[in-house]
Amino acid sequence: MDDLLREFLTESAEHLDTVDAELVRFEQDPNNQTILRNIFRLVHTIKGTCGFLGLPRLEALAHAAETLMGQFRDGMPVTGPAVSLILVTLDRLKSILGDLERTGTEPLGDDADLIDALDRMSAGPMPEAAPAPVAEITLPEPVSRELKPGEVSLDDLERAFLEAEGPDPFDAPAPFVAAPEAFQPEAAAEPASAPVPGRKAADAPAAEPEGGVSKVQTIRVNVDTLEHLMTMVSELVLTRNQLLEIARRHDDSTYKVPLQRLSHVTAELQEGVMKTRMQPIGNAWQKLPRVVRDLSSELGKQIELIMSGAETELDRQVLEVIKDPLTHMVRNSADHGIESAADRKSAGKPARGTIRLSAYHEGGTITIEIADDGKGLDLAAIRRKAVERDIASQADIDRMTDAQVAKFIFHPGFSTAKAITSVSGRGVGMDVVKTNIELIGGVIDINTQLGRGTTFTIKIPLTLAIIAALIVKAGDQRYAVPQVAVLELVRVDTATAQKVERINGSPVLRLRERLLPIVTMTGVLGQDEAADSIDTGFVVVAQVGRQRFGILVDEVFHTEEIVVKPMSSKLRHIPLFAGNTILGDGAVVLIVDPNGVAQQVSHGSQTGSVPIEVEVEEAEATDAKATLLVFKGGAGSYKAVPLSLVTRLEEIETANVEWVGGRPLIQYRGRLMPLVPADPSIEIRAKGTQALVVFSDGERAMGLVVDEIVDIVEERLDIEISAERSDLIGSAVLRGRATEILNIAHFLPLAYDDWARGPRKPAKRASTLLLVDDSAFFRDLLSPVLKAAGYQVVTAGSADEAVAILLSNGRIDVMVCDLDMPGRNGFDLVGAMRKIEGRVASLPVIGISSSVGAEAIERARTLSIVDLVAKFDRSGLIAALAELDVASLADAA
Amino acid sequence: MIQAANSNAAETDSTQDFVTVFVGETMFGLAIDRVHDVFIPAGVTPVPMAPPEIVGLLNLRGRVVTALCLRRRLSMAERTGEGSRMAIGLEQGGETFALIVDGVGEVLKLGADTHEPVPINLDARWRDLALGVHRLEGRLLVVLDVDALLAFGATHRTAGAA
Repeated sequence: MDDLLREFLTESAEHLDTVDAELVRFEQDPNNQTILRNIFRLVHTIKGTCGFLGLPRLEALAHAAETLMGQFRDGMPVTGPAVSLILVTLDRLKSILGDLERTGTEPLGDDADLIDALDRMSAGPMPEAAPAPVAEITLPEPVSRELKPGEVSLDDLERAFLEAEGPDPFDAPAPFVAAPEAFQPEAAAEPASAPVPGRKAADAPAAEPEGGVSKVQTIRVNVDTLEHLMTMVSELVLTRNQLLEIARRHDDSTYKVPLQRLSHVTAELQEGVMKTRMQPIGNAWQKLPRVVRDLSSELGKQIELIMSGAETELDRQVLEVIKDPLTHMVRNSADHGIESAADRKSAGKPARGTIRLSAYHEGGTITIEIADDGKGLDLAAIRRKAVERDIASQADIDRMTDAQVAKFIFHPGFSTAKAITSVSGRGVGMDVVKTNIELIGGVIDINTQLGRGTTFTIKIPLTLAIIAALIVKAGDQRYAVPQVAVLELVRVDTATAQKVERINGSPVLRLRERLLPIVTMTGVLGQDEAADSIDTGFVVVAQVGRQRFGILVDEVFHTEEIVVKPMSSKLRHIPLFAGNTILGDGAVVLIVDPNGVAQQVSHGSQTGSVPIEVEVEEAEATDAKATLLVFKGGAGSYKAVPLSLVTRLEEIETANVEWVGGRPLIQYRGRLMPLVPADPSIEIRAKGTQALVVFSDGERAMGLVVDEIVDIVEERLDIEISAERSDLIGSAVLRGRATEILNIAHFLPLAYDDWARGPRKPAKRASTLLLVDDSAFFRDLLSPVLKAAGYQVVTAGSADEAVAILLSNGRIDVMVCDLDMPGRNGFDLVGAMRKIEGRVASLPVIGISSSVGAEAIERARTLSIVDLVAKFDRSGLIAALAELDVASLADAA
Repeated sequence: MIQAANSNAAETDSTQDFVTVFVGETMFGLAIDRVHDVFIPAGVTPVPMAPPEIVGLLNLRGRVVTALCLRRRLSMAERTGEGSRMAIGLEQGGETFALIVDGVGEVLKLGADTHEPVPINLDARWRDLALGVHRLEGRLLVVLDVDALLAFGATHRTAGAA
């Protein structure tokens, strides 16, 4: 394809989009000559270029459309059907252009149907004005003068038109120029340079802004060229920084002045190149008037689209991402929001509905609003639907605010529309809209009033390429933390009031009467750290969603605007990093992804971590949830184990499996690890790789052989306990699939015969432990772990039951108690115990709680509860018990 | 890799240019059309939790390049003692990688007459990464398959997700 043709394609596509939008405006305002002139000019340009490039099919179509528009200009009434016909013609033009782009030649086909219809339409009032299409269409000189200001890149073509002299076969262009009277004679007399037409020509563009098409001097630049320019500028910045560094060391002031200038120029250059990436948001809106017009005629509604702030600029990458969601939302407003004219009238509203689309800058973000004055969201229906769909329980729904309920429309597969119209349900749902917007770090909000309308507010960052980041140091490395996630910085020190405290080794910080869980950057990154390093440094208080946590770093340097570069494909799987960047001094640093850190922390993969502080409403929803690892094991059935029990997931080469005494083993981290199939039907594959779920306890590890790791799910568990099989706790429905929940206690002895017998403390009488938890699931989850740690376990499902056991069973040595049980909670239970005479009063108690707050700690202290452990922190619990053992042995001695 | 092996077989008639690199005492050859750069690696930023082969990220003229260690890729023992290292710039799928080696030698033009298939008793890992061996005067040159060298990390991905 030659350059000329490519140029023509891009340009025509843009022109056609403009014509689309302009036509819709024209239909509403048929007397506006400026709009008509615009449309006419654009179609005419397309037609002329087609003739020049030898594209007869396009030319004939464009010509017929132009003729009809010529009739409009000459006073023919503008009717809906006529505009529709032209729009259909434009669609045909676009499809032909599409084929042309793919194949390089005009596709075969016949447009007689459209051309006939167009001709008939234009022949209506003035039959003589529909001339036959002729190949050599040329632009008469006066028109070419009109064309020039906006059509810079078509200069060559136009010159070619001028040179190729030919008869003007139809009279349309003549009246076109005649529209501003007295123009033509002058222009014809002195084609190029006469001062009088010069003034006239200046008048014409001056009238343009009223038409809305801004005529900016532009050239087309390939995106790759810009990206390359950007890279080169970055390099220039680095070189400048090196020079500055050298200049600082040498006291030779002759450099300094030119270097200062170089520095300024470089900074400006950088800014300028950045600007080239920005585009007005109007580019994403261009198709919307047409969409709304088509919808209103399809749905029989009267809808007006008002757009403001189209000139607001944002990064082209962001623009690409929000284009489809915006279209979908406007479509949605037209389809679901705006009522039919009759309904509107009976509701006392104007028959014509309005959708208002606006964009504006606000700080470092851009805000887009899509507001309709339609019927608003039916929150009652959404509440009902949410319960029906089992997305939330009736009790939860009743507690939710309207704003929370409205957000259900972003839930996948959620639609309250009674019937699916041809407009809705076209693949992009509101959930996709939300996902896309969140993908680029944006947020979306809904404000709705029944009968008054709905407003969606989207806030998105201006650009993805440059973000403000805090440069911190942890261990030997510097990292960049995106500023958006950082709430504040707190300096911690053992000597000052702000110091890190520990609960069972998990660091927390008191921050304005609240307890903030802390993770260390080095810890999250899996690096070793000195135990005392945790006491000094800076806590970066971060917020992700509703989670708040602190990241402890050694040093904080400054904030810097950084250019985000994507991670290498080899490193993209590490969730902790969002990308990397090159700092001013040329060093590469990693950009920490706060979402990744939050995930890592809440999954408790950092040993001794505290559960993330979650605001109350979410905590209520999740307290009964469990995180499970789902895998396929045996005849395609789904099985699951609590993720908290799993140490690692591995994939091994089956070639490395060794058989000792008929049992499979594998060398794992310098030790032999026994392999146990999750189901008798699973056989270790002869070749290839084999998925393993590794469980470990101290120095021992066991590999559970499974067919395939499927997923990690967090769900409310409703286990049906199975009594027949010792390898299963029971079964439950996870993600709509029946899933068997494995009893790990069954497998551990299969790997090591002595595992369950508490091998590490053979000399000591096994202590008896009372486990109090209202949830059968957690009792079942913890019992095997505790048994494996060498305790005899007695369980109780409530405080009352526990008291009964304590009074009747004199052998209980220690109690592990869930502190947040319904009814009489753990505190009440311990409080009651402390009042009982004798051994029970002094019984050591370890509390487990899903939320470890300052208040809970204080209360635990007054009740002399030995330790507080987070609910899912299995190793923390074992460690706390072990400490207790040491203490009690010391007492005994 | 199969494709690369085939293309290698097809070119047995003509000579091929190789950039030679050293790891320990072994000499390796990399097809010259895959080598974009030879430079001294400096200022490598390690990436926590990365696959072991990856040494880190470095800045090569304004581009962030992923550095991987040929020694670790070939499961060879870590280098003892000091010594300068060199890096070979390779490109794959629009991404640039730096292959860290002990040293870089001259460019050799080698014909099919000295080419031998990979000896079958070679370590499995080496066999996967080698395209063949050239018998040279006094020493052997192992031809490395650049695409295979850069095809790693997939097995780590599942484990890393845990």
